[in-house]
Amino acid sequence: MAQNTKSDIFNPWDDPGAEPLIRFSGVTKRFGDFTAIDNLDLNIFEREFFALLGPSGCGKTTLMRMLAGFETPTEGSITLEGVDIVPVPPNKRAVNMMFQSYALFPHLSVADNIAFGLKRSAMSKPDINARLEEMLRLTRLEQFAKRKPHQISGGQRQRVALARSLAKAPKLLLLDEPLGALDKKLRQDTQFELMDIQEKTGTTFVIVTHDQEEAMTVASRVAVMDHGQLIQVATPAEIYELPNSVYVADFIGDVNIIEGNAKPRKGGKVELHWSEGQAPIIAETSRQVTEGDSVSIAVRPEKIAISATKPKSVANAFKGQVLDIAYLGNISTYHVELPGGQVIKAQTANSRRLERRSFTWDDSVWLAFSDTAGVVLTE
Amino acid sequence: MNLRRLFLILVPYGWLVALFLIPFLIVLKISLSDIQLSIPPYTPTLDLSEGWEGFKAFLAKLDLENFVFLTEDELYWKAYLSSLRIAIISTVMTLLVGFPIAYGMAQSPDEWRPTLMMAVILPFWTSFLIRVYSWMGILSQEGFLNQFLLWTGLISEPLTILNTNVAVYIGIVYTYLPFMVLPVYATLEKLDASLMEAAEDLGCSRTQAFWLVTIPLSKSGVIAGCFLVFIPTLGEFVIPSLLGGSETLMIGKVLWEEFFSNRDWPVASAVAVVLLLILVIPIVLFQRNEQRQREAGQ
Repeated sequence: MAQNTKSDIFNPWDDPGAEPLIRFSGVTKRFGDFTAIDNLDLNIFEREFFALLGPSGCGKTTLMRMLAGFETPTEGSITLEGVDIVPVPPNKRAVNMMFQSYALFPHLSVADNIAFGLKRSAMSKPDINARLEEMLRLTRLEQFAKRKPHQISGGQRQRVALARSLAKAPKLLLLDEPLGALDKKLRQDTQFELMDIQEKTGTTFVIVTHDQEEAMTVASRVAVMDHGQLIQVATPAEIYELPNSVYVADFIGDVNIIEGNAKPRKGGKVELHWSEGQAPIIAETSRQVTEGDSVSIAVRPEKIAISATKPKSVANAFKGQVLDIAYLGNISTYHVELPGGQVIKAQTANSRRLERRSFTWDDSVWLAFSDTAGVVLTE
Repeated sequence: MNLRRLFLILVPYGWLVALFLIPFLIVLKISLSDIQLSIPPYTPTLDLSEGWEGFKAFLAKLDLENFVFLTEDELYWKAYLSSLRIAIISTVMTLLVGFPIAYGMAQSPDEWRPTLMMAVILPFWTSFLIRVYSWMGILSQEGFLNQFLLWTGLISEPLTILNTNVAVYIGIVYTYLPFMVLPVYATLEKLDASLMEAAEDLGCSRTQAFWLVTIPLSKSGVIAGCFLVFIPTLGEFVIPSLLGGSETLMIGKVLWEEFFSNRDWPVASAVAVVLLLILVIPIVLFQRNEQRQREAGQ
């Protein structure tokens, strides 16, 4: 939208005065000897669409279950609007959850499922019906209201689960792998629907997912977790463009990680000596590196250009041989082997038809990327 | 291919015809006959050598006299009513005892379940008769239960339990408990634990969630369990005759006495036919109801 000015951008996390909706302070959760969450601090702000991303067993589900009230932290506190919610049981929290399995009540109709939480509250009957109608409309389920869960499709069940968890207008909605059971095409459509509903209702959403594409699509901020710790909490663009560690860079999207020894240069640049007989890679960085440090550089394949002749005036250019081509329709990923044996991935958009492709297997090609393409990582 | 299917269908039908329908027709025929001191102890008997005329004469001799007799003597309808009452009360009691057991099993950790399941089934490894006799030893005046209660000082005089209806209820609940526990456990075990969490998340207390989610979703298991207990209990003979007293009036006992004490096969058969009718009606109604639900669900 054209009238969007800089101040319209939603970024309460950059405002030191903003009061978070949810505050984890020093939260640890142990199951016997196993530490699921390790001394974690995290702020989630109102109206955020916050994604917890990580491999299975990283603690993201435990974190969510602590918000719902199904687990209590071993140490630390969790506050909602400044009030400690640790001693509050799940049925007394202004937090609702959409379960991974949807957990729809099979003996109740769609309408009764959605109204289930409302009927447990002190709401009057006309109010319940009005709210139910509103929820049915929001999730486009009007004509399925009388059906039982087993009589509707997977996508419709997903919407019933969403409507049911939104019906009580919670301050915080938790979504546990909400789209895991849907096929890819439906999942993509539903992601946009979720964002739309989140915007319309103004509810704070926390989503747990292991699908990085999903997290990137829907979330205002993404927390990448591993072994019960937050590795990086940032906007999707920052996570992708400026990962803070090799783990994050590797977890999100496709990436070339090149390890080597650093040698600082003037003007915020660093040389990476990474292979015998190859020119050092030159990259810009704001990180403090000293000579001889062991560092990595992460370069996304789409930031590496591939050409038949040596490109001019580019910071980094290497010759290699096409080892493999992964054709994905819209893009192709070339696996190029350098003389030292390293394989670098480079991606190009297939703007031409396939038969007019410039390179094929075993062709000699040049890979080139600028000094700002890569991110220097020290951990 | 069609022959194979025909064969597969014929096996259960053949089984039913040979072991249910034909014996039932024989019993029905006897119930329409008259008592006679002979072998077999009833008349008429079908003699095919006399041809069509003989068959007509045979049919003409059949009558509903025994069924009329059942309505005239109050012993029979009292016995039916008493059996129904005992069967209903013991089904409810078995449910009250069995449901918590099944629920506890379903809530227990996975590694415990096979052991608990075994504990439920284990009594079947001993003869049913021996187990009922053991109850006589436990419930009698000098039995273990009375000795224990006297020892604890809870009672000063031994209780009379054996040879009363109480002993019959204890025996029935004990014997038929697995038939209630197993189907109820089967439905509870399949319940997704996240359903309870969802109910709690939506504002239910644990107790509310139990009544609003667990109970309705275990309905099919409860109904199956109740039928598995109710149907055999209605005609139960061994338990009331061994543990019950003179006041215990059950149709199974009446049936036995007609057959073996009075040697009145026709009246005994009539009692059996009426018992079967009493059982068939609720079963058919139940099946219809199930089918209607299934059709409405589509």
